[in-house]
Amino acid sequence: MFDFLSNPDYNLVDAFWTTIQLTFFSAIGALIWGTILVGMRVSPVPIMRGFATVYVNIFRNTPLTVIIIFTSLGLSSTLGINLAASDSPTSLADNAFRLAVLGFIVYTATFVCESLRSGINTVPVGQAEAARALGLNFVQVLGLIVLPQAFRAVIAPLANVLIALLKNTTVASVIGVAEASLLMSTMVENESDSLFSVFILFALVFVVLVLPLGLLLGWVAKKAEVKR
Amino acid sequence: MRFSRVLQTGAVVMAAGLALTACGGGSGSSGASGDKNLVQRAKDNKKLTIGIKFDQPGLGLKKPDGTYAGFDVDVAKYIAKQLGVEESGITWKEAQSAQREDLIKKGEVDFIVATYSITDKRKNDVSFGGPYFIAHQDLLVRSDNTDITGPESLTGNKKLCSVKGSTPAQNVKTKYAKEVQLQEVGKYTDCVTSLLNGSVDAMTTDDVILAGYAAQQPGKLKLVGKGFTDENYGVGLKKDDADGKAAVNKAIQAMEQDGSWEKSLQTNVGPSGYKIPAVPTIAP
Repeated sequence: MFDFLSNPDYNLVDAFWTTIQLTFFSAIGALIWGTILVGMRVSPVPIMRGFATVYVNIFRNTPLTVIIIFTSLGLSSTLGINLAASDSPTSLADNAFRLAVLGFIVYTATFVCESLRSGINTVPVGQAEAARALGLNFVQVLGLIVLPQAFRAVIAPLANVLIALLKNTTVASVIGVAEASLLMSTMVENESDSLFSVFILFALVFVVLVLPLGLLLGWVAKKAEVKR
Repeated sequence: MRFSRVLQTGAVVMAAGLALTACGGGSGSSGASGDKNLVQRAKDNKKLTIGIKFDQPGLGLKKPDGTYAGFDVDVAKYIAKQLGVEESGITWKEAQSAQREDLIKKGEVDFIVATYSITDKRKNDVSFGGPYFIAHQDLLVRSDNTDITGPESLTGNKKLCSVKGSTPAQNVKTKYAKEVQLQEVGKYTDCVTSLLNGSVDAMTTDDVILAGYAAQQPGKLKLVGKGFTDENYGVGLKKDDADGKAAVNKAIQAMEQDGSWEKSLQTNVGPSGYKIPAVPTIAP
């Protein structure tokens, strides 16, 4: 049933390694950018609040495929913004990978931001008031008092965002990032007589990747929970 | 009490949904493949469902006004006519590359004319009439480009575009990977965009498909004209339908002989400067 796997052209490990790398870099970027965004969203400066609100609402409601294709066709092809040296022998592949990571960060950060904002809402107002009474400024209140508690409250929702991101990375194939779903379209093209096995195979590997991740982060969420 | 009512309603809705989809699937397949023989079906129903590409200029294109044009469409119409089905009796169905075998096997289409290359692997699932056309993998470049003259000239870090996972893309990867970088995108039109604005140097797939794009952008793009593979386009049919295959082959021969084969190619891909090739020999 899976005898097509003996074909050396199908490098399943490489393809899924690219998927994992995409997820890893995008997750880190999205966590950082999402935290900055949530800081803006709850800040006392109206223009920052406005910017973050508009940003989150625009990118959260734009289909991911549109964002990813825009990074390639819009940013790279049309505006000429490239993220890799154009004379290097792997410039196209590097550029596609980095553009995809950029697209995923732009998109996923909105969900990180909204998860964190719900976490901030779980922190009692008295905590922030007490911190301000001690003379801490806004950044200190947020960074030392509120966010540490907020993060511990939203590990489970953030795990969901991470799992969604891992599955979303399959979209990167539309701009030619050599990850799992690009290999899948190659297999679908060649192995027309065993389509079912191809789909089952990729579904299985994704389950193998996602399931432990979900279990682990669920356990961490339980451990880190703030008892109120 | 209320919860059980919700459950009951849910069950009824589910059952109804299942029944509906079951009916839908049943009538869909009986419409196209009540029995195995294409010729008999065409004769009895005076109706055919034909799979074509909807997004392939020059070959199979759904136009904004809802009509269909292209060489594949003309071939399909000609075969239908020879089977006794008028144009009004044809239902066009989009046959995307990855779904073609499945559409035929499930009987959702009677036959497929959609740049469908005859390969041994596909013969395990479907039968092929024809070939009605032999295409060659080729390169499309901007009209002012002079340094790409064929696959051998793909040196010096050239950038090439094709559709992800497609056979032409794989060919390039296995044969020319050392000298050329391949950008894989979702659709050929994305390649055309990148080619026109200069972010890639060439795009590759079958020459007749490229000619369709060149004809859409007159004066801006040109075919290199050094084909480096043979792609035999066939008409995909249900497996083991020998009568259907014979009838399709007869229709293709008639089309080639009465001149409408060449005329269709001339109008659909001729404007790009594409040289109309010789008529292919039909495989037994």
